Amino acid sequence: MTKFVIRRLLQTIPVLLGVSILVFSLMYLIPGDPAQIMAGEGASPQTVEQIREKLGLNEPAPVQYLKYMKNVVQGDLGNSVRSNRPVMDEIKARFWTTVQLSFYATILAVFLGLIAGIISAVRHYTWSDISIMIVALFGLSMPNFWFGLMLIQWFAIGPDWLPDFLKMRASGWGDDWRQLILPVITLGTGGAAIIARMTRASMLEVIGQDYIRTARAKGMGERVVVYRHALKNALIPVITVVGLEFGGFLGGAVLTESIFAINGMGRLTIDAIRTRDFPIVQGTVLIISFLFVFVNLLVDISYRLLNKRIDLN
Amino acid sequence: MVQHTPVAGIGQKRSSPRVEAYKAFWRRLSKNKAAVVGGVLILFFVLTGFIGPLLTTLDPYEPQISNKLKPPSAEHWFGTDNYGRDIFTRIIHGMSITMKVGFFSVALGGIVGVFFGIISGYYGGKLDTVIMRIMDVLLAFPGILLALAIVSVLGGSVQNMIIAVGVFSVPAFARIVRGSTLSVRKLEYIDAVKALGASDARIIFKHILPNVMSPIIVQLTLRIATAVLTASGLAFLGLGAKPPTPEWGAMLSEGRAYMQQAPHLVLFPGVAIVIVVLAFNIFGDGLRDALDPKMRK
Repeated sequence: MTKFVIRRLLQTIPVLLGVSILVFSLMYLIPGDPAQIMAGEGASPQTVEQIREKLGLNEPAPVQYLKYMKNVVQGDLGNSVRSNRPVMDEIKARFWTTVQLSFYATILAVFLGLIAGIISAVRHYTWSDISIMIVALFGLSMPNFWFGLMLIQWFAIGPDWLPDFLKMRASGWGDDWRQLILPVITLGTGGAAIIARMTRASMLEVIGQDYIRTARAKGMGERVVVYRHALKNALIPVITVVGLEFGGFLGGAVLTESIFAINGMGRLTIDAIRTRDFPIVQGTVLIISFLFVFVNLLVDISYRLLNKRIDLN
Repeated sequence: MVQHTPVAGIGQKRSSPRVEAYKAFWRRLSKNKAAVVGGVLILFFVLTGFIGPLLTTLDPYEPQISNKLKPPSAEHWFGTDNYGRDIFTRIIHGMSITMKVGFFSVALGGIVGVFFGIISGYYGGKLDTVIMRIMDVLLAFPGILLALAIVSVLGGSVQNMIIAVGVFSVPAFARIVRGSTLSVRKLEYIDAVKALGASDARIIFKHILPNVMSPIIVQLTLRIATAVLTASGLAFLGLGAKPPTPEWGAMLSEGRAYMQQAPHLVLFPGVAIVIVVLAFNIFGDGLRDALDPKMRK
């Protein structure tokens, strides 16, 4: 097991390096002069030159990359072109908001998805199964930003009897944790649909296996068979999806945050893209991807712990 | 959904195995009602994309301020937007953009992904390791983030949206095709054609590609659904097609400001996206059921 963890850790190194190279190269993919674009159209040649100097764009690319990485390792992601503040500080202020949002969305998705998936599998080909699967299909096909807008329409600017925390204030995001409810539903619903479908498929496959038939033949109650025998094994493939979903939510938070005016990393990214503040874009993309790689690593390890039959070596 | 495939009767005239396989596939697919509905809808959408704009009488771009924010009526089925433009007309015109982005981006991602997936699975070794690590890197950007990063540097337009969503689709294809290629490569008939002196290119195109086609087709269909969602998300964020283009995501973004007084501005473009994505999802699900050997019991 230790060997596996070490090997898996080592495997993430080339991925992280690759991510950093790609994120770094973003600046070079900009058609035209990045310094000019960041400075804006009406900028004086001096300002452009200043930005070029500040970002070290005069140096050869590999040198720039090495310098960039040296700083990244030390926790320095450069400075914002607009506010001149360190990118790391800008991210730090918003990091937990996004992680929190994604975390709760994951919990919601797992909770709803598992319940719906299990009901569907246990009662397969009945009306409850069919209705759950139709709802899941809709959940899967709905753009979450549109769903969020609909929720705002129904709740936030809807009837008076609704509690205040469900309503959107002009200022948007406040300190009340209950204001998380609508954004979490917005973000988590699509994931719940995916997990429900996955759980159903996985359960149905397990229920068809011999050991379940044996358990039933032994005269065990259906409840014990389903929850103690089938579910345990059916959940294993679902875990991988949960990890992917959490990552997807980190990325998807870009849209949710922009709808609910939540000041998280996603919104920071979008604002930075709009103002062509590339050091911030690079920083947020890098941090979110690193986090995603890390979460997948944890998922792989727990997958291994849970499923001893698989020999990943 | 379970498919019950009738067994070919004794004495029935038999055609070539390939034709038989196609026939069996069509039988299974046509028995899946959801898939048939999805397929018919997709055909309808494609047709609408091509000829729909020719049939509409109103201009999707020309503002008519006197008509603005009208609720749905017999004259304007989906109402009018903040510039008084007919939303129904704009959605019909937007269909061709949605179809274009969906098909072209997935075609781009599919061609590149299948190419890398096949050579990775077929040649194995270092080439495989390098290609798969690159795919891992692309997959390390969660959700919409990769497409977002690409569009952020290229700038927002329908064309760049296609490129961004295309690149975003590459690793999914590469991984699936690599897996299928690995299992096909080990089969005896590949050794046999190799022994006969067939070139690598011939083996790949003539013998491996046709045998890994099923997962590719399923993936193509399902990825179009994802592509449409991703592209509309980019446009919604103002990073894809720009207003006044009648792209549905952009329409949602524009309509958002008027949501309180005229909810139809965000209702209809959203419903349009849901229906298109739903059609591709159920058609893809049906294809998978019809093509998946595990279901053929």
